[in-house]
Amino acid sequence: MKKKKINGFLLTGLLIAGFVVGCIVLGFFWTPYPPDAMEAGAPHTAPCFAHLMGTDKFGRDIFSRVLRGAGTTLTIGVSTVALGTVGGLLIGSLTGYFGGTVDAFLMRVGDVLTAFPSVLLAMVILSVLGPGSKYNVVLALGLVFIPTFARVTRTAFAGLRDVNYVKSARLMGASSPRILVRHILPNIMPVLLPAITIGFNNAVLSEASMSYLGIGITPPEASLGYMLSEAQGMFARDPWYALCTGFTLVLLVFGVGLIGEGLQRRGREVF
Amino acid sequence: MKYAVKRIAMLLCTMVVVSFLTFAAFHMISGSAATAKLGTEATAEAVEALEEAMGLHRPFLVRYGEWLLGFFTGSLGESYQYSMPVAQLVAPKLQVTLCLSIMSFVLIAVLSIPMGVMSARYAGGRLDAVWTACNQVGMAVPSFFIGILISWLCSVVLHWFVHGQFPGFEQNLWGSLYYLIFPAITISIPRIATTSRMLRSTIMSEMQKDYVRTAIARGNDRSAVLWRHVLKNSLVPIVTFLAQGMAEILAGSIVVEQVFGVPGLGRLMVASINNRDLAVVQALVVIMAFWVVLSGTVADIINQRIDPRLSLGEGK
Repeated sequence: MKKKKINGFLLTGLLIAGFVVGCIVLGFFWTPYPPDAMEAGAPHTAPCFAHLMGTDKFGRDIFSRVLRGAGTTLTIGVSTVALGTVGGLLIGSLTGYFGGTVDAFLMRVGDVLTAFPSVLLAMVILSVLGPGSKYNVVLALGLVFIPTFARVTRTAFAGLRDVNYVKSARLMGASSPRILVRHILPNIMPVLLPAITIGFNNAVLSEASMSYLGIGITPPEASLGYMLSEAQGMFARDPWYALCTGFTLVLLVFGVGLIGEGLQRRGREVF
Repeated sequence: MKYAVKRIAMLLCTMVVVSFLTFAAFHMISGSAATAKLGTEATAEAVEALEEAMGLHRPFLVRYGEWLLGFFTGSLGESYQYSMPVAQLVAPKLQVTLCLSIMSFVLIAVLSIPMGVMSARYAGGRLDAVWTACNQVGMAVPSFFIGILISWLCSVVLHWFVHGQFPGFEQNLWGSLYYLIFPAITISIPRIATTSRMLRSTIMSEMQKDYVRTAIARGNDRSAVLWRHVLKNSLVPIVTFLAQGMAEILAGSIVVEQVFGVPGLGRLMVASINNRDLAVVQALVVIMAFWVVLSGTVADIINQRIDPRLSLGEGK
């Protein structure tokens, strides 16, 4: 197998996203101050060494809060994408490989669902499930992303259904599950991996939007989206709260977006 | 013409399916609407009586039929929270959101087409690199964060508008339109990024084709070929993509309305979800779905006008 080059997009993305994720993972175990502690410092402190992102009007340390909020955001993003990928792979691989009426029907349903904006759909599902719970948010977003992943994997599986190495595997008596997992799956990675990064970003942004609107994650649990809505009210006095929270989110999504772009370009080189 | 009729028939079918699914989904939880109105303290009999009064006990299909009929006659049921007809509640907000969506759409179309073309024209150059970087950032920034920044910059620093004081169309038409410019810019920024990126790759692949090489070889001006021939031939995916953008605009407006305090469908939707005012949510979902499906249909019809060959593939 040829050694794959790491291109500039991929490298930069890995560095940025790695840095942010590293900080977030650190935040799971240790934050400079307890995130909810009042009077961790003087109220309205601008960013300085003791408080990297300053403090808000209650004197809470914003850096600690951002670390914990980003933790929630990351957890939700990852679990949503996991749910979407697994569900999408199951549906997409089977319909793509076997085809038939079920395939045609599911793809029509998928067409309608993917035409509808994901945030909206998630909001509707959430209103049915009951807003406010972390698990419902993940479930709602995951359900919304399944059709997208299913479509991507379906196209890839359908494309590889009749290539020569799959035909030979079939002739040699390999079972369908074996062909799907051992022969096709590794070969659709160049398509699947960028889709996962894009899905992750969509999940993070959708969750942030919903929490910003107050129907996603609600206190005492905090996510970056909810913190931004809180920070908007304090913008005039403590602009660093909104800025630092927002930029953390942007940096995470930007980094992962670059990884996706890099993977896509590498995929094109390989094919 | 035949094609257009076929598409519209398909649109109606899709809408019936969508409305049925929506109704079914909300039907499963509609029992809680009575509880929501009376509070959790209410006695079982009181809930029962209210459910009876709201007609929640009748057969599912009958209620669906009535509800669907209501859409054509303009009666969308009653909001549990505000105790007023949903149609009356929705109509003024629909105006605002429609206006906002159209403004954003115009902004996207006007700005992303030239940017996409220029970035394809000078692909690999400095302008292209800067624009690609801008796009990556534009796609990473959530629209409400852009909204917070813009509202802070334009209202607190520059005093161009007063945040949270939307005048309303009846009181001050021009003032309202002026106010909507800022949310419209906010909504369109991420979409301009994706649209122009998509345009760039479409045009670049179109430029690989033989007729372009021939046109340039015959001594035509590169830019003229680009604007006159290549752009025309890439119109179909552009129209499709812009129409898909309509859905994104709608999603964006829900969030951005909240940032700027614009009383549109989005704010109504958020409030209704929080109040579990399901009659309103249900009506909003169908209206929004209609909006999305309609823009897709219009795009298909326009595309068929642009490239009549498209209707031939419709047989399958």
